[in-house]
Amino acid sequence: MKKSVLKHAALMTAILVAGSSALAQGKKVEFFSWWSGDEGVAANALFKLFEQKYPGVKVVNSAVAGAAGTNAKAVLKTRMLGGDPPDAFQVHAGQELIGTWVVSNRMEDLTPLFKSEGWLTKFPKDLIPLLSSKGGIWSVPVNVHRSNVMWFVPANLKKYGVTAPKTWDEFLTTCQTLKGKGLQTPLSVAGGFAEQHLWESVALGTLGTQGWNDLFSGKLKFTDPRAVKVWDTYGKVLDCANKDMASLTWQQATDRVVKGQAAFNVMGDWAAGYMSSTLKLKPNVGFGWAPSPGTAGTFMFLSDSFGLPKGAKDRTEALNFLKVLGSKQGQDVFNPLKGSIAARLDSDLSKYNVYSQSAAKDWKSNKIVGSLTHGVVAPESFMNDFGTVIDTFVNGRNAQAAAAQTQALADQAGIGK
Amino acid sequence: MRRVNRDQLTALAVLAPSLVLLAIFVYGFIARTAYTSLTDWGRDPSQALAANPVIRYIGFANYKDLFTGFLDARFRQDLVSALFFTVFFLAGCLLIGLLLALMLDRNPRGEGFFRTVFLFPMSLSFIVTGTIWAWMLQPSGGVNRLSPLVGLPAGQFEWLTSRTSIWQFDWNRLPLVTALVVAAVLVWVAVTAYREGARTRGHVAVACAALLALWALTGGVTVKLLPYPEPHGFNLAFVGIILAAVWQMAGYTMALYLAGLRGIPEELREAARVDGASERQVYTRVIFPLLAPITLSAMIILGHISLKIFDLVFAMAGPDNTQTDVPALLMYITAFRGNQFAKGAAIGVVLLVMVAAVIVPYLASTFRREART
Amino acid sequence: MTTLPTTTAPSAARPRRLDFTRALLYLGLLVATLFFLLPVYLLVVTALKDPSVISLDTTWQLPPAWHWSSFADAWAKVSGGLRNSLELTLLATAISAVMGSLNGYVLSKYSFRGANLLFALMLFGMFIPYQSVLIPLFQFVKSIGLYGTIWGLVLTHVVYGLPITTLIFRNYYGEVPDALVEAARIDGAGFWGIYSRIIFPLSVPGFVVVIIWQFTQAWNEFLFGVTLTNPASQPITVALAQLAGGQAVSWNLPMAGAILTAIPTLLVYVLLGRYFVRGLLAGSVKG
Repeated sequence: MKKSVLKHAALMTAILVAGSSALAQGKKVEFFSWWSGDEGVAANALFKLFEQKYPGVKVVNSAVAGAAGTNAKAVLKTRMLGGDPPDAFQVHAGQELIGTWVVSNRMEDLTPLFKSEGWLTKFPKDLIPLLSSKGGIWSVPVNVHRSNVMWFVPANLKKYGVTAPKTWDEFLTTCQTLKGKGLQTPLSVAGGFAEQHLWESVALGTLGTQGWNDLFSGKLKFTDPRAVKVWDTYGKVLDCANKDMASLTWQQATDRVVKGQAAFNVMGDWAAGYMSSTLKLKPNVGFGWAPSPGTAGTFMFLSDSFGLPKGAKDRTEALNFLKVLGSKQGQDVFNPLKGSIAARLDSDLSKYNVYSQSAAKDWKSNKIVGSLTHGVVAPESFMNDFGTVIDTFVNGRNAQAAAAQTQALADQAGIGK
Repeated sequence: MRRVNRDQLTALAVLAPSLVLLAIFVYGFIARTAYTSLTDWGRDPSQALAANPVIRYIGFANYKDLFTGFLDARFRQDLVSALFFTVFFLAGCLLIGLLLALMLDRNPRGEGFFRTVFLFPMSLSFIVTGTIWAWMLQPSGGVNRLSPLVGLPAGQFEWLTSRTSIWQFDWNRLPLVTALVVAAVLVWVAVTAYREGARTRGHVAVACAALLALWALTGGVTVKLLPYPEPHGFNLAFVGIILAAVWQMAGYTMALYLAGLRGIPEELREAARVDGASERQVYTRVIFPLLAPITLSAMIILGHISLKIFDLVFAMAGPDNTQTDVPALLMYITAFRGNQFAKGAAIGVVLLVMVAAVIVPYLASTFRREART
Repeated sequence: MTTLPTTTAPSAARPRRLDFTRALLYLGLLVATLFFLLPVYLLVVTALKDPSVISLDTTWQLPPAWHWSSFADAWAKVSGGLRNSLELTLLATAISAVMGSLNGYVLSKYSFRGANLLFALMLFGMFIPYQSVLIPLFQFVKSIGLYGTIWGLVLTHVVYGLPITTLIFRNYYGEVPDALVEAARIDGAGFWGIYSRIIFPLSVPGFVVVIIWQFTQAWNEFLFGVTLTNPASQPITVALAQLAGGQAVSWNLPMAGAILTAIPTLLVYVLLGRYFVRGLLAGSVKG
């Protein structure tokens, strides 16, 4: 208690010293994100915390909702190009930031901030390299989601006499068993990003952790027979799935599992938030989860992070905002509401739900790899076209062509250079 | 006389700002886009968004990629989609517009009301229309739920999310098909030339046609633009977008046709009737031929709108639905989200060429006619 | 321009057809009316439903209870855009109408060698796909410091509005007898004198047509809005697209937003419909 009062006082002095004149003009910090709805609630909690810590500084919330952040990204691009950068903007940690904004020299190196805040030891050691390039650290991760999770309803699996498969081969066998018992679509898949999302779980499960990392460091070609096999397996997995993918949102795909129209669904762990908060299901009873087949012991993560663009109008406030985002308190205020876990290792687990607690345990103990679909391991220029490759494959099922196209994409995007 | 001269100068001075602005905003910017499309802006990620990017001239590489690079299948499908969309959208607007106009021309009671109803979508933004129709076309709601209201089973069509593609052809066959079509046109040119007695012209056309056909049968069958067969066709997901577009624009053709119908003197119809024409013949022999020029201008106006279609698709299906993508949308996404500015510029130029092919002859003929009168 | 279907034509004198054909006519009109109005019904009904009662199965049913608060919620999201749209539309419309009127005056009464070609080149500007000028336009607006303001958008709408406003006024003034202008000139009136004493006073209907047309165009525009603005200066169409683009949103909100977006242009259409149609037909270039 005493400590926090002291800290508070220290912060207050820092602020007064930093810019008492600016205070009179009504200081502000503009926060650019695509969080709205439920996520907006979590963001608002964060803003409140910031405004408590830095009285007199107003958070201007410029949320651009819609299309899972794709609208926001286009708006951000024109604003940056137009010389009107927001003070802090949401971006998936990793290559989505590095491959777009760091390489074009638009961001400030945050290494000094990580050092002064003592963050270098507060995050998992596998994480920092994924946030770094060219000798700098470029963003502060505020949350962590897991990509490689398979969801099911325990009672339904029991009814069919199957268990969550441990490998993709086992999944295909289970799929035949379920089809034999009259379940036509054992796997439910949604459209859009969900198809890519499924692909990365299949790839990770087929290639293994090392293989996955080699793929994106250029050591393993996408045209390598092992990588081509990923597409073969992906095709077979899709044969177990519903044909009307494109017309489903990820929530509707989850609904199918809950209603028993499908047995499994692979989706990021925001699905846990949807099932527990919106559908009011009890973790481990109403819904269950396992690492997607072949990926036990590996945590494929994605993270929303915030960087500091060069030329930010309210640089001091923006830095303060990043401090709050990276702090234990900030992360523990935001994440329980967002349904994600803290990127920090020292978060207070009692504030989190059952699923998040189990995820946090894995976050500390598993090997960590980055998600492709959610911007960690490949730049936007790759992802922009990878969706088309998946689409072409889903319609035509030509594994060789898909592999060759992906390699061409990787060459174009400079992966492995 | 001096007075008139000074007035002439004033007139030019008044016109000048507009001319300068349009010269910059239309022709200057088009030139700039054309130049950008010949550069590598966006190929190197570290330069794409840099404050002062280093941009190099690379010739027509972007165009080559768009038409034959195997990563740009989406662009090629978009071209095909835009053409299919244009055909069906035009057919829908012309047909429904004509029907509505014919009905209103019979002076039903409440004509003003009906006209207002048929035309009001024209005043809406494509974004509004798209928002409404996106909801109308939910796979298990909206339009598909209309039939249960009268006791029939619910519709099953997936509308915007359908993945079915019909009338597919392989893009690799494009040179072959183009060569054959051009050869056929040349043969036709030759035939008319011979008929008019222009023998030299006829010989040249026949020779060209023969050369093309020869190439098509020897080289053309084996030519491969792409390492893999690449089917393109009409994506059924467009049906819903066509429906919404027709809903919005059919009133326009109705207004054009109605104006045309009301412009036809009653004496003309009467004269035809007196000559013993049946009511049907009055339409087919007298009225429809008189409406033909209107059909032509409607086709041109609607055709260029449909080639440019952007907002409607954006609002209805979102920018990321590859099944319902069109070139105008792809340009925006390629440049302003994918950071490939040069390639985006190239798509913009292709789009401009398509629209210009429709509009320039139209403008030229309009002004030539005006100059004559 | 072809004459307009503003009143019932004289063809009413035709002998009455069989009642059966008449019935068929009204049936056709009824079907067409349903086609045009069903989306409106769905729009209004959905906007007035509580989000919890919106489900795909009951899409077409009337709301069990009128729920007005969607409009307040949607208003909160689009009112900023509405204000921006109002400002920029009025400014852009006024400026391009005045410029178009002067241009039309020059082109119809002070024609010179090559004027037709020049005019055709101007007109081409209203047909181009704006994607083909978007990148340089963005750079230009940024370089003159207008990116992220409504002024950049006003400038853009004014310039790309010039062809159609010039076209409408040129054709309109073409109907003003040259003798009238000549008489004024003999009386000693100059360029501005003729404009203010003869041309402008006759222009009111022309201005109404142009203003309505430009207002509708600028209000409904999206591409420039989404490229040249930031969230503070975005027009209402962009705000609506974002409201509707969210995946998990319930549909009452975008529907209410769509109504709010549509009201201004709809009002103009309903109140001044015949001028609206005139602008519409003028767009097909014909002199």
